[in-house]
Amino acid sequence: MSLTLKINGEDRQITADPGTPLLWVVRDELNLTGTKFGCGVASCGACTVHVDGEPVRSCQTFVEDLEGAEITTIEGVNGSVAAAVQAAWRELDVVQCGYCQSGQIMQAVGLLSETPRPTDDDIDSYMAGNVCRCATYQRIRAAIHMAAEKMEG
Amino acid sequence: MTIETSRRGFLTGVAATGAALLVGFTPKGVLAAGPANAQLNPFVKVAADGTLTVILKHFEMGQGTTTGLTTLIAEEMDADWATVQIEFAPANDALYANLLFGSQGTGGSTAMANSFMQYRQAGAAARAVLVQAAAQAWGVAPADITVDKGILRAGDHSAHYGTFVDAAADLTPPAEPVLKDPAAFKLIGNATLPRKDSVGKTDGTAIFAMDVRLPDMVYAVLLRSPKFGGKLTGFTLGEAAGVQGFVDAKALDNGAGVAVYGTTTWAAIQARDAITAEWDFSASETRSTPQIEAGHIALLDAPQYEAAAGVTRADSGAALEAAAQVVEAEFLFPNLAHAPMEPLNCTIAATETGVRVYDGCQFPALTKPTVAGILGLDPEQVEIETVYAGGSFGRRANTVTDYNREAAFAYAALGGTRPVKLVWTREDDLAGGFFRPVAAHRARIGLDGDGNITGWDHRIAAQSIMKGTPFEAFTVHDGVDHTSTEGLADNLYAIPAMSVGLSDWTSPMPVLWWRSVGHSHTAYAKEVALDMAAKAAGRDPVALRRELLADDSNTDQRRLRGVLELVAEKSGWDTPLPAGRGRGVAVHKSFGSYVAQVVEVSDIDGAIRIDRVVCAVDCGVAVNPDVIKAQMEGGIGFGIGHVMRDKITMTEGVVDQANFPDFEPLRMPDIGVIEVHIVPSTEAPTGVGEPGTPPAGPALANAIAAATGKRITKLPMTDHGIEFV
Ligand code: FES
Ligand code: FES
Repeated sequence: MSLTLKINGEDRQITADPGTPLLWVVRDELNLTGTKFGCGVASCGACTVHVDGEPVRSCQTFVEDLEGAEITTIEGVNGSVAAAVQAAWRELDVVQCGYCQSGQIMQAVGLLSETPRPTDDDIDSYMAGNVCRCATYQRIRAAIHMAAEKMEG
Repeated sequence: MTIETSRRGFLTGVAATGAALLVGFTPKGVLAAGPANAQLNPFVKVAADGTLTVILKHFEMGQGTTTGLTTLIAEEMDADWATVQIEFAPANDALYANLLFGSQGTGGSTAMANSFMQYRQAGAAARAVLVQAAAQAWGVAPADITVDKGILRAGDHSAHYGTFVDAAADLTPPAEPVLKDPAAFKLIGNATLPRKDSVGKTDGTAIFAMDVRLPDMVYAVLLRSPKFGGKLTGFTLGEAAGVQGFVDAKALDNGAGVAVYGTTTWAAIQARDAITAEWDFSASETRSTPQIEAGHIALLDAPQYEAAAGVTRADSGAALEAAAQVVEAEFLFPNLAHAPMEPLNCTIAATETGVRVYDGCQFPALTKPTVAGILGLDPEQVEIETVYAGGSFGRRANTVTDYNREAAFAYAALGGTRPVKLVWTREDDLAGGFFRPVAAHRARIGLDGDGNITGWDHRIAAQSIMKGTPFEAFTVHDGVDHTSTEGLADNLYAIPAMSVGLSDWTSPMPVLWWRSVGHSHTAYAKEVALDMAAKAAGRDPVALRRELLADDSNTDQRRLRGVLELVAEKSGWDTPLPAGRGRGVAVHKSFGSYVAQVVEVSDIDGAIRIDRVVCAVDCGVAVNPDVIKAQMEGGIGFGIGHVMRDKITMTEGVVDQANFPDFEPLRMPDIGVIEVHIVPSTEAPTGVGEPGTPPAGPALANAIAAATGKRITKLPMTDHGIEFV
């Protein structure tokens, strides 16, 4: 059987079983490898993508539930919030190994879209599901504040 | 956007782009320059359009090598930082050896230490031949040419480096090129230089090993023995054949398990879940953690080796005998997994002449012959394409190249007909062994009537990381594996009669270096025991340490005292805290660098909140101050996260932890602000990837003791009465 998913604004035909996690379709079938596999059990956030603008863990989101939804991956994320986040991440050199950072950025875009001026506590609680084994947390926090300032222009 | 990984040819790729200048070292170690087809693998290449590419002999796992090595070349060449390109070197021991290992590899926080002069020389040589070529073309003296951001100027002349690549390729670089005076450095020591890998890692385009895709490639996962050392005796496919995307399942030739192949990673994982396998456990680890821990503690009473030079247990025993007071503590450190964010994986594909291995490869020097041996090839037939590694913390630098080995067997089992990517899941990772060894310590510190330390006997029991590996000769002497005792047997404090004993634990379960290796437990035992002694003696922990590091003629003591004093000042050590809050200090030297940290905590209704960590580091010349800060921040987070709540345990030889919820990583709300201060220095640069980790745990433990009176000597803390908020 085949399913159509709308990813980064394009309709894509996929062949995976309906119960397949979106993560593996995005990575192995559609070759959008910016979305990462870290745990497979919704415990690390490396696989975070947006579904209808909300951050979700793609390793625990199944393709059968996504028909008609707008799916956005790191490759397709854009707009002023994403631009501010990516610019802040680069200005503060947040990344180390970088493997978690697509997920961190997708989560941070979600946060700032909901709460344009977050406090430290807002950031800590919204970002708590995104693990960084390199422990870049303090720069992530600072970059989110910086992005918030950039958004205010 | 589609990212199809392609062969990024090395010398062939350079040749294909036309004229270029290569500068590097010949296999004899002589600086050389040549045109694009020169028989020389370069450290830097300059294209006719002026593009400058730095070739990195070390891999990037987040530690900042792509930025660090590039800084050295760009500095000597006065290149334009924004446009310098980077490329990972191919596997070649003769040309790209780690000068401290004698073969190609990254580890032990050595990348900058061994490359500092080598990369600067290559950059200076490249500049020299290009400037000389420009001088000839313009009819001016080389000394009259200035270079700024890759543009050469003399009088009315100006041109970019690329203009002179043809002429420069015919010149011989000076054997000893003149290096820049440190006073003229613009990039080295520049705290605002952006990282070279920042953009690709923030837009999803950076290619990690996990992202490698090749035409016709299959994904494989391995069904491994649930107990370490088990051998496969047979397997049943069960429902696996019905899994969509299932390709095949094959027993590996070495009995290590069943390789399960699929057209996607998910298909392979699903199929593996459906397969049942039988194992021979006769040579397996079958013990459980309580037994293993008790075994380690029992070994403390049966010392095999004395590890401290010139001091025996008899010497310290006499001092302890005469002491007015003896402070005693027993420590227990659990197994820990590295759990790099990118689970291990490796892709192998056929080439016209052999195979190519795609890996975030930390030890090419070991991977190449291992893969060649398994596949019946000569090492020269194995190429390694190094891509970004999503963290390592020691895991990828494996003494037996375990996951490369598995990938080679999995590739061979399918007949070498298709590219195979072997992927580990997180469950595979946490159950996969190669953990930080369990360690037990017992410290006995003697104090005289005035509170002075008169003797210290320290016993350690741990499984040797190095015995039986290719590295044994480097770190095992007279039976003592120095990676079990480092940081204690060579302790820097002026302590009369300090003996350090070691007993080896043995197990079929492999253990491995884990960010900071032996220091990951020795620093904790040393710094917490010393804090207990300070308390017993009624001394201030900073003042006591300062006194034990007072000898100015001893460089180690002077530099360690330097970071101690800096951290005391920056943390406001002498300013009292309100009740319910506490500060703890720890200092430690590792990988040539000196680090001191102060952790500040609050007791919030019986739970601990980590408010602030202040760190001072002396790592010689600070090539990239911001990378050093990042490594300290990361090292501190790594150290603190694991002592808080992480352990790997076993029940009858089977690992109890399945995935992150059972091995809960440090998360953002766990830790407050980290401030890092770098001691200005002109000494040669030393490591930064690991030295931030060792003092973090003991500084936290000492802070908790200061705030609550609770002394945590057995880890993780959450198993021993500490709750965190
Ligand atoms: S891979 Fe999805 S949360 Fe970890
Ligand atoms: S940057 Fe390495 S895991 Fe976050």
